[in-house]
Amino acid sequence: MKTFDAILKETKFFQDLKPEYIDIIAGCGSNARFDPGDYIFREGEPANTFYLIRHGQVVIELHDPRRGQIPIYTVHEDDILGWSWLFPPYKWHFSARAVSLTRAIALDGACLRGKCDADTDLGYELMKRFAAIVIDRLHATRLQVLDIYG
Amino acid sequence: MVENLLTEKLTAADPMLPGLFRIHRILKESYDTFTVELVSLEGYQTFPFEAGQFNMLYVYGVGEIPVSISGDPLHPETLVHTTRVVGTVTRAMRELKIGDVIGVRGPFGSAWPVQAAKGNDLVFVAGGIGLAPLRPALYQILAQRDRYGKIVLLYGCRSPEDILFRKELEKWRARFDLEIYVTVDYANTRWHGNVGVVTKLIPKAPFDPLNTIAMVCGPEVMMRFTAIELQKRGVNPDNIYISMERNMKCAVGFCGHCQFGPTFICKNGPVYPYSQMQNWLTMWEI
Repeated sequence: MKTFDAILKETKFFQDLKPEYIDIIAGCGSNARFDPGDYIFREGEPANTFYLIRHGQVVIELHDPRRGQIPIYTVHEDDILGWSWLFPPYKWHFSARAVSLTRAIALDGACLRGKCDADTDLGYELMKRFAAIVIDRLHATRLQVLDIYG
Repeated sequence: MVENLLTEKLTAADPMLPGLFRIHRILKESYDTFTVELVSLEGYQTFPFEAGQFNMLYVYGVGEIPVSISGDPLHPETLVHTTRVVGTVTRAMRELKIGDVIGVRGPFGSAWPVQAAKGNDLVFVAGGIGLAPLRPALYQILAQRDRYGKIVLLYGCRSPEDILFRKELEKWRARFDLEIYVTVDYANTRWHGNVGVVTKLIPKAPFDPLNTIAMVCGPEVMMRFTAIELQKRGVNPDNIYISMERNMKCAVGFCGHCQFGPTFICKNGPVYPYSQMQNWLTMWEI
């Protein structure tokens, strides 16, 4: 059976991360499984975990009292889900719902926050990687709000 | 010299004269998009064209507009055009009935590199109505499927209601030799497909960037960002083709309405290698 550290090493997000950091992160990991329709997290709840999606499809949603749940963005296999655990107030700003059977590695962000504070090199490495995701999603969102096909 | 001028004048006169075509069939593709199938009234059995080319369609008494051909180049018995209702002419065209007559000039412009792409993986990236000008290339390529490597179609549109050629997409999706990914910008929870911009499909699309020809058609902003993503994957800008759109009037490079930098979109385009256009695309005024 593959260990968490072996799986993490193969992913794009954790690629080329020092083995000792992979070990630390893998130590905060656990398996997670969600059926279609399950909420992985909900807007406003404490954000203490992030997920490496291994299989399936998850939609990030926003609730509008008039329109109900509004799908914003879909994440897939090998994507990272969730960055609110990194920034105060450590609460989810959006909800995430499994669209299909989803398997993921859940990584304990609360535990990692402490380790990042203690080892700022690890913190900087992770922050750089999350910043790249945030920028990427920001660019995509900018295009999305342009309504270019209108 | 005089002879040359005369010949030039004669050739120039012909493409300005619309041929008469009868509407044979009308298909509603979505709430604002429709397809018309046309047959010649002048005895032409076929209307040969290359994938990517366009015609000038003339609604008599209203006006003329450029519309890409969306039919199958291997079945040119009917001339097929898909368009969205965006202005006076398309609005009037939607009101036409089977049997009504419209004028057609064309085909004009450059084509998708269907032959040159043989031996490569192919990535089609379509945005909104941009799927229509790509469809002829898909027909042609699928008719000689064994000449190409992997074929991937990435299609993005505004909402699930805007998806064009649904039945055909479903049919193609059922094939085992073509990968299709569809994404929408806006959806509700009844939509179980992908939500997000089409450029986000590129990083994971299954193709070999070093041996890939990309054909991209959609709004200009979308094409720009698609080209950036394709290059991030390692696709050479010379191997990325885009289809440009401008205010085409004469369609033969006389009037200058569609001049874009050093080229006339109607005559030198609409299909260009991205490498030829990339510097012009980011200029505010040209």
